[in-house]
Amino acid sequence: MNMITEIVSSFFEALNLVFSGDSFVIDIALRSIYISGFATILALGFGIPIAMIISFREFFGKNIIKWIFNISLGFPTVTLGLMLFLLFSRSGPLGVFGILYTPTGIIIGQSILVTPIMVSFSVSALESVNPEIRNLAKTLGASDFQASIMALIEGAKGVSLAIVGSFNRAVSELGIALMIGGNIRGFTRVLTTTIALETRRGEITQSIAIAIVLLFTIAGVNIVMSLIKRLWLR
Amino acid sequence: MNIKSNHFVLIFIILGGLISGYYIISSLVTQETDRTNLIISTTTSIYDTGLLDVIEIDFEAKYAIDILFIPVGTGQAIIHGQRGDSDLILVHAPIREYDFLVEDYGVVRKIIAYNFFIIIGSKDDPAGVKGRDIKDALKHIVDSGRRGESVWISRGDDSGTHTREKSLWKEAGFDVTSLVNESWYLEAGAGMLSTLRLANEKGAYTLSDTSTFQKFSKGTQIELEILVDQTKELINVYSVIAVNPDLIEWVNFEGAIQFIEYLISEDTQDLIANFGGDIFQKKLFSSAVELLKSSSGGIESQWIKDIAFLDGSECPPQYRAGQNQLYD
Repeated sequence: MNMITEIVSSFFEALNLVFSGDSFVIDIALRSIYISGFATILALGFGIPIAMIISFREFFGKNIIKWIFNISLGFPTVTLGLMLFLLFSRSGPLGVFGILYTPTGIIIGQSILVTPIMVSFSVSALESVNPEIRNLAKTLGASDFQASIMALIEGAKGVSLAIVGSFNRAVSELGIALMIGGNIRGFTRVLTTTIALETRRGEITQSIAIAIVLLFTIAGVNIVMSLIKRLWLR
Repeated sequence: MNIKSNHFVLIFIILGGLISGYYIISSLVTQETDRTNLIISTTTSIYDTGLLDVIEIDFEAKYAIDILFIPVGTGQAIIHGQRGDSDLILVHAPIREYDFLVEDYGVVRKIIAYNFFIIIGSKDDPAGVKGRDIKDALKHIVDSGRRGESVWISRGDDSGTHTREKSLWKEAGFDVTSLVNESWYLEAGAGMLSTLRLANEKGAYTLSDTSTFQKFSKGTQIELEILVDQTKELINVYSVIAVNPDLIEWVNFEGAIQFIEYLISEDTQDLIANFGGDIFQKKLFSSAVELLKSSSGGIESQWIKDIAFLDGSECPPQYRAGQNQLYD
């Protein structure tokens, strides 16, 4: 009972936080969307070509590569965060670029994190596209690349699920944002690191409120994606 | 099909363009200013009170330096300093600070504030430690724990508080490495507030700092009370140490010195001493700079010297990196 009242009152506080124009919550939510959205687009950039090669080409070790991407779906974010911390640290191999404790660092980390989701989901979407489409396109004079693009468009619905899944994973992960971003107020503080901080500070209501904002953020982005799907991908 | 694909591609181009445009513009905007960044890795016990947010806003208004506070805990803060990932560390574990100086990673150590560690336990106090001195109290907790009547909860997270807890056990004549194997000794592996919550659930004993305990007891129904307080062994001293620019050439040493000067100024010391006075019954921190300067600083000044000084000084001359004006 106690817990239920706490959640209900947090819910109203969340609404209050968002609609009172409390800029710090809006700011954090926008930063989360921007960082994870950018990471998703990066992952899209190198995930889709990989997925197309795996789906449309036959080569030695293809199943092993698929298997590797599938098991990396569950890669622990703290482990990836720690590895990247050592890499980005000023005394690490990539230290000279100064990307530790920056939004760029989180973007790179999250894009690596979600690439397996992008690849695995897209591969299963593309593999379920009727292979006749590529053959048909080729007989109509399309090059191999053009035929593959044709099949990609045909499988776009499945690929859009990969995008949504990738964004959801990126925006809700904590380990990378904490270890690479450092949870700096007004700079690398995102929704998940705020939840961790407010919980540690004992501001439970605040932290539930931010968690609700996170859920709304995810829901909002998903609604936008499904609108896009409905309008343009039939 | 072509029209559809064009739309699909178009959306991504627009989306990508918008986001990268925002990113480029915002990075240009930040580059235009001549403000520098100062990265400070800090212990969570002081960060979580909100004091550093107040200090950050005040400092950034007065200086052309942006502070980036990384709240991590003493153990990790020291590692950040050693790797050159921060310019300054704010910690509370004197023993480890000495190593940090002696190993040449740190210079210009200044003690800025203090409060007390306290032994917390349930109100019925099964081990009967109330009012005892710290060594005696710990012995009673061990005896009662071994009889199965009490539980001790350790932070177990390599923080400053955990470091102090381990040295308290050692001074009381116990070996922590064997205590951790006993059933009444639990390691939380969590922050102070979570550990207090756990102790409250279990009616257990634990070591806390006063500021976090005050925050915890405000507005919560708690079964815990302060049992041992205000002794020399329990004084909790916060200091700042700059990362040595001779060892790690990329650190913002100039900014670090400016921040230390700001911290030890009278205004900031007042700000620290008065912080939280309007919300909590007791103030969270006491300022240390004036207290250590005056020759008759009283008993607490002597305790700080006993616990947190190295070779009779808060920072021996060879580790001052030429910043002697800070030690007048």
